[in-house]
Amino acid sequence: MNGNALLNIGIFGIFVAATLVVVIRASRNTKTAADYLAAGRAFTGPQNGIAIAGDYLSAASFLGIAGAIAVNGYDGFLYSIGFLVAWLVALLLVAELLRNTGKYTMGDVLAFRMRQRPVRAAAATSTMAVSFFYLLAQMAGAGGLVALLLGITGKGGQAVVIVVVGALMIAYVLIGGMKGTTWVQIIKAVLLIVGAGVMTVWVLAKYGLNLSTLLGAAVDNAPKAGEKLLGPGLQYGATGTSKLDFLSLALALVLGTAGLPHILMRFYTVPTAKEARRSVVWAIWLIGLFYLFTLVLGYGAAALVGPDKINAAPGKANSAAPLLAEALGGPLLLGLIAAVAFATILAVVAGLTITASASFAHDIYANIIKKGEAEDKDAEVKVARRTAIVIGIVSIVGGIAANGQNIAFLVALAFAVAASANLPTILYSLFWKRFNTSGALWSIYGGLAVTITLIVLSPAVSGKATSMFPTADFDLFPLSNPGIVSIPVAFILGYIGTVMSKEDDKEKYAEMEVRALTGVGAEKAVAH
Amino acid sequence: MSTSEQHTPAEAQGSHDWVEVQDSPDFRELRRRLRSFVFPMAGLFLAWYLMYVLLADYAHGFMSTKVIGNINVGLILGLLQFVSTFAITTLYVRHANKNLDPKAEKLRNELEGGQA
Repeated sequence: MNGNALLNIGIFGIFVAATLVVVIRASRNTKTAADYLAAGRAFTGPQNGIAIAGDYLSAASFLGIAGAIAVNGYDGFLYSIGFLVAWLVALLLVAELLRNTGKYTMGDVLAFRMRQRPVRAAAATSTMAVSFFYLLAQMAGAGGLVALLLGITGKGGQAVVIVVVGALMIAYVLIGGMKGTTWVQIIKAVLLIVGAGVMTVWVLAKYGLNLSTLLGAAVDNAPKAGEKLLGPGLQYGATGTSKLDFLSLALALVLGTAGLPHILMRFYTVPTAKEARRSVVWAIWLIGLFYLFTLVLGYGAAALVGPDKINAAPGKANSAAPLLAEALGGPLLLGLIAAVAFATILAVVAGLTITASASFAHDIYANIIKKGEAEDKDAEVKVARRTAIVIGIVSIVGGIAANGQNIAFLVALAFAVAASANLPTILYSLFWKRFNTSGALWSIYGGLAVTITLIVLSPAVSGKATSMFPTADFDLFPLSNPGIVSIPVAFILGYIGTVMSKEDDKEKYAEMEVRALTGVGAEKAVAH
Repeated sequence: MSTSEQHTPAEAQGSHDWVEVQDSPDFRELRRRLRSFVFPMAGLFLAWYLMYVLLADYAHGFMSTKVIGNINVGLILGLLQFVSTFAITTLYVRHANKNLDPKAEKLRNELEGGQA
């Protein structure tokens, strides 16, 4: 494949150049903090819905799930179902109410009726934690993809590529802010969904447009797994522990989405709650469609490439989709699909970076350090830009360290942190009258601490050949995904923390509820 | 909360007695319409998702039963999760457009207009 490295780099270069032009054009009108951090709240529902799909369909969704299905069959499909059903939590319980009560970040919603400095600090901490895990996953994916495309198998060479990806994303965020980043998401989402759609039709056409025939061919080409490729249990069915692990993962997936900070922030880029609803509806249809494609792509990769060949490739399961592209359309399609996958990583990383930097600039700098008295709104943007550079550098370093880890798995950890540290607080805050500062702090810090402790003590980190530190052995907690313990614990902690404190501001809750449901006094779009 | 500019829009409109608004029949009706839809629906789709996950986790034989050609029960139930997600989305949008938005808009106009 090395002979095609130049072609791959060329196609990717064209994408980078084209999106940079768009980003620079989009940034012309960026003047205020609302412009930089929320794109002036001027995107329409459909535009934002496509951008949400762009933010959400990360390398884990494309490379990770297609690979998991190709290698582990049905168990890979379960990821996509969790990722999709999770959107109903966002649609029914979170999106519109959040849009009506906040400005840029999750911290805004909590600060509405609680003591703002402690809850903002807590919200910013968990936002950073989730973003960090998610960034690690994307950067690790970038390393693996490059290994496959450019034939760079040395860790040093892959590290250089991770640095390039990181530098590009910093450029996007610095120049374009939220508006530029949103346009990058839109372009990328369209390329990704169209690309996956074309490949899906192509694969199905090879088998007479008959899914059953395709499944049969996948089984024939997977001698080790055989018929088991079509039923559940290949990856998680071995023991009682692994089954419990799967249940834990399923919970984290379905409850994590509505707590992902880079998704929550997207609800602020539209002018009204109704547009926020429309954008989620668009996102659900696009994301659902895409996951149906990955089902065909995954089994298609099993049938046309074969699990053994995929596992032997550099990048392992993550390379199933690119290998399928090569099997279908030769080097040119491989180059195109690889560029799309690269674009996916780049765009998601940019989205995460702007979210984490916004949370720091808005929650920590403007509202805690400056106590909300900074009249100079430019300062908030300046701080956001500097934070983006720092986060970029941290994620480059972390990405080099995490290179080689399974991306769908790393993303699942980010979901577990989001579901434990963020979701309970968001739901309590929107729906529970009695909820207060103490409850929020217990739930966020407690959920975060439990989740991270369990991850550190899990077999994912030590004790197994596949662990991050295979030689060390401190895996006291048997499950790779902590969700089944950490999510209920965070809900319970939120309850205990609340009832232990006397704080109970009925008037503030009344104001919040009225505003959340009616949209009175919600942040308006910026007029240019 | 004076430290955040987040409240400026409301302050600009003067202060409402939010508790009174919250207790008004119109608002209570809006809240009832929202909650009586989203809570049962959330319970329903979570239960249905959980049932599916438990089947996939602990009933391998049942899920691997072939129905048409190579298409088994697991695949059909999985695809039905997609169908139910799309269906609930559509139902909610219809409910919101018909029963929530007009009521919310009326309240919003009263609150914002009353101060103008």
